[in-house]
Amino acid sequence: MERRAYYKNPMLPWLLLAPQLLLVLVFFYWPTSQALYWAFTLEQPWGGGNSWVWFDNFISIFRDREYWGTVLRSGLYAMVTTGLSMAIALTLAAFVDRSLKGTKFFQSIFVWPYAIAAPAAGVAFRFIFAPESGLIGSINQVWPGIWDPATNGWHALAMVIVCHAWLGIGYNFIFFLAALQMIPRSISEAGAMDGARPFRRMLDLQLPLIAPTAFFLLIMNIISSFTDSFGLIDTMTEGGPIGQTEVMVYKIYFDGFKGLDYSGAAAQSIILMLLVIGLTFVQFKWVERRVHYN
Amino acid sequence: MKTNWLLSAALAATALTFVGSPAAAATKFEFWYGLSGDLSERIQEMCKTFNESQPDYEIVCVSQDNYDNNLQNTIAAFRANKQPTITQIFDAGTLDLMLSDAFIPVGQLMADNGFQIDWTNYFSGIASYYSTSKGELLSMPFNSSTAVIYYNTDALAKVGFEGTPTTWTQVEDVARKMKAAGYDCPVAFDPAGAWQWFEQFSAIHNQPIATKGNGFGGLDAELVVSKGKFVDQLAWIKKMYDEGLFIHKSKDAGETANDAFVNGKCQITSSSIADHGTFSKQAKDGVHWTVAMLPMLEGFERTNSLVGGASLWTLKGKSAEEYKGAAAFYNFLAEPAQAEWWSTVTGYIPVTNTGFEAMKAKGFYDAAPYKGRELAIASLTMPAGENTRGIRLGGYPSIRAEMVKTIQSVLFNNVPAQQALEEFDAKGNEVLRRFEATYAGKSLL
Repeated sequence: MERRAYYKNPMLPWLLLAPQLLLVLVFFYWPTSQALYWAFTLEQPWGGGNSWVWFDNFISIFRDREYWGTVLRSGLYAMVTTGLSMAIALTLAAFVDRSLKGTKFFQSIFVWPYAIAAPAAGVAFRFIFAPESGLIGSINQVWPGIWDPATNGWHALAMVIVCHAWLGIGYNFIFFLAALQMIPRSISEAGAMDGARPFRRMLDLQLPLIAPTAFFLLIMNIISSFTDSFGLIDTMTEGGPIGQTEVMVYKIYFDGFKGLDYSGAAAQSIILMLLVIGLTFVQFKWVERRVHYN
Repeated sequence: MKTNWLLSAALAATALTFVGSPAAAATKFEFWYGLSGDLSERIQEMCKTFNESQPDYEIVCVSQDNYDNNLQNTIAAFRANKQPTITQIFDAGTLDLMLSDAFIPVGQLMADNGFQIDWTNYFSGIASYYSTSKGELLSMPFNSSTAVIYYNTDALAKVGFEGTPTTWTQVEDVARKMKAAGYDCPVAFDPAGAWQWFEQFSAIHNQPIATKGNGFGGLDAELVVSKGKFVDQLAWIKKMYDEGLFIHKSKDAGETANDAFVNGKCQITSSSIADHGTFSKQAKDGVHWTVAMLPMLEGFERTNSLVGGASLWTLKGKSAEEYKGAAAFYNFLAEPAQAEWWSTVTGYIPVTNTGFEAMKAKGFYDAAPYKGRELAIASLTMPAGENTRGIRLGGYPSIRAEMVKTIQSVLFNNVPAQQALEEFDAKGNEVLRRFEATYAGKSLL
């Protein structure tokens, strides 16, 4: 009783895969190989030629104190954004899952932020948080100078993080809600009959059961915070003030496109790529072990 | 038989396309520029005038929104061999292009195509920015400006100041009196304006930004800002900021310095002469203002300020016909009528002596709304110094961004000016050395 499907023609699977492979090749492997090549050369922006410099680009990046600043900042950014976004999304999903009054309405409303493009949200949040004229800025009239993302780097970073987390809530919410609704009612009800309050049921029953979803979201959120932060930062702060909202991906953009240092930017992208690959790998290797799918 | 029939059909079709196109088709060529909004419409108008003025060439003008985008897109296009014939590159991007092998010098282009242009007619302050160290002009000066300072005349009158302040000491004095007279924001200050507050300051005081005449003498120049007068000036700006006389105005803060000025909220702002026209249009009712040359420190002789804006570069890899078109277009730009139209409808200054003289003779500068724009020319044509030719430093956009960060760290994080500028020099020198290594074996033209 061999139930495995197999192809008689060895070429057929490759042919079927070809369109997909071609796409990945053109849009991922080819640019990556170019970046890899540039990372080991000094490339003239106008294409006048380049020289092979081995690891010089990487060495000068690692020696740059400011670069380590962006690495730490990216780490902080990823942790806070992911934590904030997932926690809020889970809370909202838990409430919606309890079928309280108006659930259907909130179910659709909470997804909206995800439909907004990052730069558009960035512009909106910039106005909301503007120290002189914005909604949040109005607290400056009560306590002058308490909120000023234009001059205070921490305020600016907080502003971008809040915006990024807000954008991710919709996406996380949908997944959490779907996962919660997959749990058989009977389990929850059994818990309730044993006298567990909703919060206790959440901790002991629902959370462990939705762990695979939470794990998936964790990876997606962290990767997104490393790579998608660009659009927000570019519209909200352009890396400032004093470069304190400059995360890795923004520095790559700035050095490459504004500073025309193609090789330095290429080397930084390689580092970022390795970092994201590494993080994902670690998560699959270590975190996934603690996740039970069945 | 069938193949023959197909072949003849194909031949006929080919013949038809040849016949179908008009005998004297205009040669099309592209011009990419980095301006948007009102200025973009002016350029479109200019292109239309050029196309209607002659039958041989058709210029297609494409806006790339801003200077940065235009530079990036031009580079990408050039590397893919799809570049426009003409592109507009901003002042700070000049050196990368100079060292590339990607362009045709404008002097050679004009000579090759039989146009006589008197290059000495161009203001030396403008020409030197876009010329080799030997004086050969590489790109066509186009939209040119320089930095000036704008004053609210009502505020000046209220504190009893006659005329306009000419030194920073007077500005300080006036600002303090304005504050006392109830003006919340005497001077609008945006650290992003490193161009007017730092580069132009250095030029008019003949202070070096880098050794070797700001890099004109070679790629191995080094930044020396922390050894010059700008240290004191930055410390002074910090003092004024702490006292509430300089107020931080920027996009991030919710209102730009220029907006704060035209709305009457701030009384003094420093900006480009190109904003003169915008201010005329946007100034709120009851806001009266005037323009002046940048103030000086006491005890310095004024040297020329630097030209800002952009110039037109002719890129390699195009046909001889297209270059003829480009040359004709440059020739068209240099015509007095065209030059006058351009500086009337924008705020940019005329780039030639004769253009300026003709406008002056006509009385263009005698009355509002154009009165005052001649000060930009006066500022640009002051005696030259060793450090006033321009800034010829590699990776300059990065260095400029570093200066913005430096000013911010002094203002917002209380880093002492001397220390901040020493760090600036160190970081900038790394950029310069990297640039030098990228162009190893090349030397400045």
